Amino acid sequence: MNPAPATLFLLVGAAIFAIGLAGVFRDAGALRRIIAVNVMGSGVFLFLVAVADRSGGRPDPVPHAMVLTGIVVAVCATAVALTLADAVRGRGDQDPDGGGR
Amino acid sequence: MSGRRSAWILATAAFGLVAWAVLSLPTPAPGLTDRAFAALDDSGVTNPVTAVLLNYRSTDTLLELGVLLLAVVSVWGLRPSTGASFGRPPGPLLEGLLRILVPLLVLFGGYLLWIGAFAPGGAFQGGALVGGAIVLAVLGGLSPSRFGDRPALLRAGLAAGLAVFSCIGLSVMIAGGWFLDYPGRSAKVLILIIEAAATVSIGLTLGCLFIGGRPTTDGGPEPES
Amino acid sequence: MAVSLVFDGLLALLILTLAWRAVTDRLQFRAVVSFVALGLVLAVTWFRLSAPDLALAEAAVGSGLTGALLLAALRRWSDRDADSGGSSTRSEP
Repeated sequence: MNPAPATLFLLVGAAIFAIGLAGVFRDAGALRRIIAVNVMGSGVFLFLVAVADRSGGRPDPVPHAMVLTGIVVAVCATAVALTLADAVRGRGDQDPDGGGR
Repeated sequence: MSGRRSAWILATAAFGLVAWAVLSLPTPAPGLTDRAFAALDDSGVTNPVTAVLLNYRSTDTLLELGVLLLAVVSVWGLRPSTGASFGRPPGPLLEGLLRILVPLLVLFGGYLLWIGAFAPGGAFQGGALVGGAIVLAVLGGLSPSRFGDRPALLRAGLAAGLAVFSCIGLSVMIAGGWFLDYPGRSAKVLILIIEAAATVSIGLTLGCLFIGGRPTTDGGPEPES
Repeated sequence: MAVSLVFDGLLALLILTLAWRAVTDRLQFRAVVSFVALGLVLAVTWFRLSAPDLALAEAAVGSGLTGALLLAALRRWSDRDADSGGSSTRSEP
């Protein structure tokens, strides 16, 4: 089977990053923004792994390690962000999901 | 709504910029592949990603374990106690399935840890499976407050990865070398020890992140100690 | 040769569609589900790009655990809204 065309996935990664970026700036509530930030992160990971696959026969292991670290750190950040959003919501007077829609 | 439209304009501009940068990258891309594979024999493992994570860039992994610990501390600080249980008590089918699945997941996590030295796998993958086992158990009716029965043990487990990693790094320094510069042929064994502690830590951390609160023995707020 | 190109093209299309839905879907629940599916499709993509270690980690942690966290948060928030008597925020304009 042929190796995957890395350039295609480079562009897809950039597109995902852009979609996530747009999602962060849309005023659509805390959960959606957290999802959008994660989508941005996935775009960056796709970009890094596609770059790693371009260097001849064997894939470059250093970006692989960076993405592995990134995946774990992203889930930690998501957990803390959700807990923070929970704490803000719990106040009652300030609704983080309100505001301009 | 103009807010949304400007978001999409920003996104398109960002994509254009990155795409232009991508298409002007040199091919074949210069990278660290050759140097990484050349030093593989001395690194103690055969899997290049594990070599990068635990040998070439070991300090980064050390700091990552620190980030994991920091995340648990943050979540525990923000939410002082967790509820008694997550869902309904499990029916017999779910309970039977969990009796098989949870130990199997822990076993498979250990397998991935061992095989990470010479095949795809490693501490993070094994730890992820152990964390998944904890999540399954909690969703299937294990009360999160059970994790509060022995808080010292839980905290020791959470900190084990970072602690073992730092201790090995410092003792290598004491024995005369740089921080985390594994001497001679000991790299293989040291990496395995570090990865074992890291697997335990990562599994417990991911489980605690899912539980989402400091476990207390009776579900009430933890008394000031 | 054409088969692998079609496969890669389908993967790319899936990734784009799922990411779009995860960000713009009207129902929050559907957005979370799209995000979990995106994680799984990315795991397949990691395999395709010769990164099996990443595929393992992404499937377990990136898709599975993050999805579990998001769904737990979603349930907590809709419960709290139902308790306070407000309308459910599961669907947002």
